[in-house]
Amino acid sequence: MDSFFKILSNIGAQITSRIWRLGSASRLFLLTLIYSGESFKRIHLTIREIYFTGVMSLIIIVVSAFFVGMVLGLQGYYTLQKYGSSESIGVLVALALLRELGPVVTALLFAGRAGTAITAEIGLMKATEQLSAMEMMAVSPIARIIGPRFWAGVISMPILASIFSLVGVMGGYLVAVPIIGVDHGAFWSQMNSNIDFRFDIINGLIKSFVFGIACTIIALYEGYDAPPTAEGVSRATTRTVVTSSLTVLGLDFILTSFMIAH
Amino acid sequence: MIKKNIVEIRNLSFGYGNRLLHKDINMVFPRGKVTAIMGGSGCGKTTILRLIGGQIKPKAGQVNVDGKIVHKQDRQSIYELRRKMGMLFQHGALFTDLSVFDNVAFPMREHTKLPESMIRDLVLMKLNAVGLRGAHKLMSTELSGGMARRVALARAIALDPNIIMYDEPFAGLDPISMAVICDLIRTLNDALEATSIIVTHDVKEAFSFADYIYFVADGIVAVEGTPKDLSKSKLPFVHQFVHGEKDGPVPFHYNAPSYKKDIYELV
Amino acid sequence: MDKTTLDLWVGFFVAIGIAALMALAMKVGNLTSNTLGETYSVTANYENIGGLKARAPIKSSGVVVGRIDNIKFDTKTYQAVVTLRIDKRYSFPKDTFANIYTSGLLGEQYISLEAGGDDNFLKEGDRISKTQDAVVLEKLISQFLFNKASEASNK
Repeated sequence: MDSFFKILSNIGAQITSRIWRLGSASRLFLLTLIYSGESFKRIHLTIREIYFTGVMSLIIIVVSAFFVGMVLGLQGYYTLQKYGSSESIGVLVALALLRELGPVVTALLFAGRAGTAITAEIGLMKATEQLSAMEMMAVSPIARIIGPRFWAGVISMPILASIFSLVGVMGGYLVAVPIIGVDHGAFWSQMNSNIDFRFDIINGLIKSFVFGIACTIIALYEGYDAPPTAEGVSRATTRTVVTSSLTVLGLDFILTSFMIAH
Repeated sequence: MIKKNIVEIRNLSFGYGNRLLHKDINMVFPRGKVTAIMGGSGCGKTTILRLIGGQIKPKAGQVNVDGKIVHKQDRQSIYELRRKMGMLFQHGALFTDLSVFDNVAFPMREHTKLPESMIRDLVLMKLNAVGLRGAHKLMSTELSGGMARRVALARAIALDPNIIMYDEPFAGLDPISMAVICDLIRTLNDALEATSIIVTHDVKEAFSFADYIYFVADGIVAVEGTPKDLSKSKLPFVHQFVHGEKDGPVPFHYNAPSYKKDIYELV
Repeated sequence: MDKTTLDLWVGFFVAIGIAALMALAMKVGNLTSNTLGETYSVTANYENIGGLKARAPIKSSGVVVGRIDNIKFDTKTYQAVVTLRIDKRYSFPKDTFANIYTSGLLGEQYISLEAGGDDNFLKEGDRISKTQDAVVLEKLISQFLFNKASEASNK
């Protein structure tokens, strides 16, 4: 009986702490927005962070997009060919990339590549009292450190997702047309007539924009909240990946159901 | 009228959760003087500096800086107050992504609209004061502990503060660096006509430069006085601290039930 | 890193992002052919639209000339009222046929316009009277079976 109550109170404590973290993460998000004016006064800081989060993620994004596109091309062809509609391969590849894989896989890679770097950097800055020192110099760390990284993430994500989708389509094309031998014209024309700019491309962009906000704020919050020890920072980094991935997949479901309902 | 004491701590209590770290502390820091706060590790010395800087709020009582109650100010005026303060953190807390020059220039660039040429002159002047003008091109990660501390000091005095706070300025330094910092604290204080507050547990150094010393123990000010008075003090606590005896009023053992009882319980 | 090379890289990054988006819009999506510039709307009534959906293409001789704007149900006539948005560049005679076809056996349904011979052309708000419903597979099959059965009984 005693141990039962212990388990129960443990679960309760877990839930409370999750909700508490959600609350303080939202507060950080709001503060970041409020201080954005101050952050934008030093636009070169945001540009610098775009370099670290966006430009440095290019290689991983391009390479994975290419492979994802090629796999889609192969798998799609073998399934579609059973129904005698292998020309639809272009549609399949492009739809899968634009609606889902582009935004989602980019966000997952972003969380692993840039998110962890942000968490570790902020966590270490906190551990070495750099954030405290900045505050004592009457400079808000939210405006100077958090803000530029946040906006860099939010700007980089849709760009990376667009590149991902385009490179993926090229990967799919490479497998379907020169290797398998689907007709070049059919590949593009089928894709063309079945993909809608507003419903597929813009919706994909909206998704990646939302994922950008979520991933970056999670990474920033985990770093900002990390206990100032080596263990604390390493745990925070792990949590960044886990939380961002789950959040992205959950948000993806919510966004998709909204978009399809319309 | 300018008050004699630039910082005053009145009936201050502070703690985390239910545990009180400070109970009803009173301290004054007169203008132009070097005052040391001493005490064992973990007695909340650093917290006092953070309270003065307004980074945390007291549970009761107040901290007055320049006639203003710190925890009642809004963000704007706290930032205003902090511009008059310089703080040297325990390990320097230099910005690791900036060079030595940019670190020292940081507060100037943030708070003044001085032209870059003037900032350059000022930065080199500050670095010269701590003897590191030659190192201005290095990255802050390339510095030794003692050098990093000196650069951080140059950064702390970048805006010619009225109050300079030092958090354990001697921790982990070799004797030479220690002597250098020790000397700098006194010279800078007198040159800038500032007020220095030093948190430390290094007895010899503190006694050599401080004008006044507070001993903090168990959350209260145990003893206070000039170094001269204190070294003559017969109080057992001060005696233990000054002479570094391992057992005394401050016990060697953490609070525990009797040894005998503990051992038998485990079996 | 030098500030100017950094700016260069970031500029390059943003530029290829925009270029990728443009390429997607032009090459993958049908932004060029699909964003109907100026359009006019006409309606058509059907007994049965099958699986026709809003945004489905309207084709004439296989060329996309417009999209379906919306589909409503008229409670007076118990018919489906489909609004067609057709590109202004293409005008059709008043007696044009608007038939619902299926692309391939299992593909999506679309409306095919087959021009008639009238001298007057369709205008905004007109109704196309000559329509042909979607083919419903179940009906087709039951018709086929019925025919077979009657053939057998005649013998």
